[in-house]
Amino acid sequence: MGSSRRTALAAGGAAVAAALALTGCGQGFDDAEDDSEGLTSSDDALTILYGASGEAETRAIEAALAAWSEESGVEATAVAATNMDQELSQGFAAGSPPDLFYLAPEKLAGYAENGSLEPYGDLLSNKDDFYPSLVQNFTLDSEFYCAPKDSSTLALVINTDMWAEAGLTDADIPTTWDQLDTVAAALTSGDRAGLAFGAEYQRVGAFMAGAGGRLVSEDGTTAVADSPENLEALEYVKGHLEDGTFAYAADLGAGWGGEAFGKGLAAMTIEGNWITGGLSADFPDVNYRVVELPAGPAGQGTLQFTNCWGMAADSPNQEAALDLVEYLTSADQQLAFSAAFGPMPSALSAADRWSADNPDLAAFLAGADYATGVPTAAGSAEVVSDMNAQLESLATGDPAAILASVQGNLEAVVG
Amino acid sequence: MSLTVNRAGLGARRGDGPAGWLFTLPVIVVLGLFMLVPVLMALWVSFSDWTGRGSPLAPGTGFVGFENYAAITSGGGLAERNFGIAMRNNAWYALLVVPLQTGLSLGLALLVNRAVLRGRGFFRTAFYFPSVTSSVAITVLWLFLFSTSGAVNQVLSWIGVNGPNWFNEPAGIVHVALGNPEGPAFLTGSDFLGVSWWDWLSGPSVAMSALILMAVFTTSGTFMLLFLAALQNIGPELDEAGRMDGASAWQRFWRITLPQLRPALFTVLTLGLIGCWQVFDQIYTGTQGGPGKTTVTPAYLSYEAAFTDQAWGQGAAISFVLFAVIVVFTLFQRWVLRERDASKRVEKRIAKGAKA
Repeated sequence: MGSSRRTALAAGGAAVAAALALTGCGQGFDDAEDDSEGLTSSDDALTILYGASGEAETRAIEAALAAWSEESGVEATAVAATNMDQELSQGFAAGSPPDLFYLAPEKLAGYAENGSLEPYGDLLSNKDDFYPSLVQNFTLDSEFYCAPKDSSTLALVINTDMWAEAGLTDADIPTTWDQLDTVAAALTSGDRAGLAFGAEYQRVGAFMAGAGGRLVSEDGTTAVADSPENLEALEYVKGHLEDGTFAYAADLGAGWGGEAFGKGLAAMTIEGNWITGGLSADFPDVNYRVVELPAGPAGQGTLQFTNCWGMAADSPNQEAALDLVEYLTSADQQLAFSAAFGPMPSALSAADRWSADNPDLAAFLAGADYATGVPTAAGSAEVVSDMNAQLESLATGDPAAILASVQGNLEAVVG
Repeated sequence: MSLTVNRAGLGARRGDGPAGWLFTLPVIVVLGLFMLVPVLMALWVSFSDWTGRGSPLAPGTGFVGFENYAAITSGGGLAERNFGIAMRNNAWYALLVVPLQTGLSLGLALLVNRAVLRGRGFFRTAFYFPSVTSSVAITVLWLFLFSTSGAVNQVLSWIGVNGPNWFNEPAGIVHVALGNPEGPAFLTGSDFLGVSWWDWLSGPSVAMSALILMAVFTTSGTFMLLFLAALQNIGPELDEAGRMDGASAWQRFWRITLPQLRPALFTVLTLGLIGCWQVFDQIYTGTQGGPGKTTVTPAYLSYEAAFTDQAWGQGAAISFVLFAVIVVFTLFQRWVLRERDASKRVEKRIAKGAKA
């Protein structure tokens, strides 16, 4: 027995050595050291990895790429990701990532840290045309990494039929939390909640913003989660979850706020501008209007979400990719995307035309003026998902304890 | 045992050696390339600071010793707590699934083994059916069955039970059974792997319980088959002898049939235990770890840590800790079910009987 174990060990050692030798060829992947001096240039075709919200987005992106290819003579293929994180990671590890890809701000730091991303923001000819708050999301150590491709904010969506049924009028549109209490109570009946939203920071955080709270300070250097402002917001939400006028979508048996709203399980919801697409596809008969979120004790507040066009450091044809980003983020192209599948433009020069084209959705764009972004430090996505897990049981939980644990977790990743 | 056979074979016909290696070469190469090498690379990653870009064997990757293992088992950070939660969830899962699926599959095997049962073929197929269905399909089915207004809650409402919101209920069933009290200070005050002892004792969450039922439902068919094969191998003589000696049906099962099923029982328990600690697809397609992280398992956490949070070393470390857990449990089980002790006991009893 003893000798066979020794033999096994020796065999294992030999296997390790063999494995190292075998995979030695993998080292060739890492040859290009990035100094971000200049962009790479070649005749290679571009690959674009995107996460499609539906058929409309796929068609719009393919049309835009075809138009650009014709103009530039560079071939570009769009690949829809089924699992963005996984496919990107595999690409980076293998040294053959897509040239351009959708990138969420909370993923930026992780990929930037390991050198997978090419920071190209300052090379853009239209870099001054983006909302500064969006650019902030994609700036790390004062380096502007990638161009925001769109923007969205949260607003209050109201079912107008239920609104009228409850005897409410335009004059009752809530502009403060107190007024929100009143209409939510008036709209709550039987199994129907007045206001429904997802049990996550990405929705509940809008109340924190209204109370003047944030998770991370504006300059991104300090964790400020356990502030009295955040506590006030969570206690406000908790109180209404308890009295039944607010409800989490999941507790109503819906996957997200839009579904609870569409199914009539709630009379109001807090969602972003993507809800319009969801409602017209799945619940075309629901009549609704969108208004700005009521102001909290600290004034108006909402959350802002965005993605950028990430560029791979290992891309062999970055110059063409840069040209493609400029094309895709131009005001005209963004308005075309907006018309096709609903995102709000990230370009300032497109704002007026967008508002004119979408008068019903003006509340979303208005929110961009006072919106707060989500934390972007490396590791903060994990902290937020832990916070979301705790927010699920906010109704029975202790807001102060939740915030204290979030603060502890954030301090470990911020600064 | 196989080792001695090999040695004997080699000794007898030395000339066959090269031919033997030649014939096994394809398998060795395929397994080596697609299993051994990746496993060893993962082992290296678990000891390295690889960040996920380029090859982990490239010069830029450094050796960090047990740093990744330390991050998930100590230090008080989020990584440790996540790992503790995942271990808690999976321990309860294994604790409930293994006995339930073993008991149920044995019961089903005994039922469909009876010669008098009409339509045996039908029942054997029916019980086996869930095992051959893809776990993704069954997970989706389960999400519908256990939704707030799903079939399960409808049936429960017939008997006046207001069913829970299964897949959105993070409360542990032990805590629920106790009426969700505040934990006593000696349990809430101290923790293990970042999870307080009170939370370790919470039991599986309601959501995890639904997944436990699913695991029992899907796997008992496979294990029924193993028991059935073992049962068919048992000759009727001993059972008849027992009958002649006036043993009751229960005594014959407990003292005659079950001991003969020991090898099958060991196989079922081992396979069940290993399967339980590797739960991934149900979580990935079904709950994504929610509600409140109560369905996160180490296997899923390993994936999340690596692919979503870019903590590749920690992800790899989790999977190797999981490997160690499985090996330890299997060895423990082998020790519990070892043959030697039981035969000694029987010998003693026989000796005693002879004296009397």
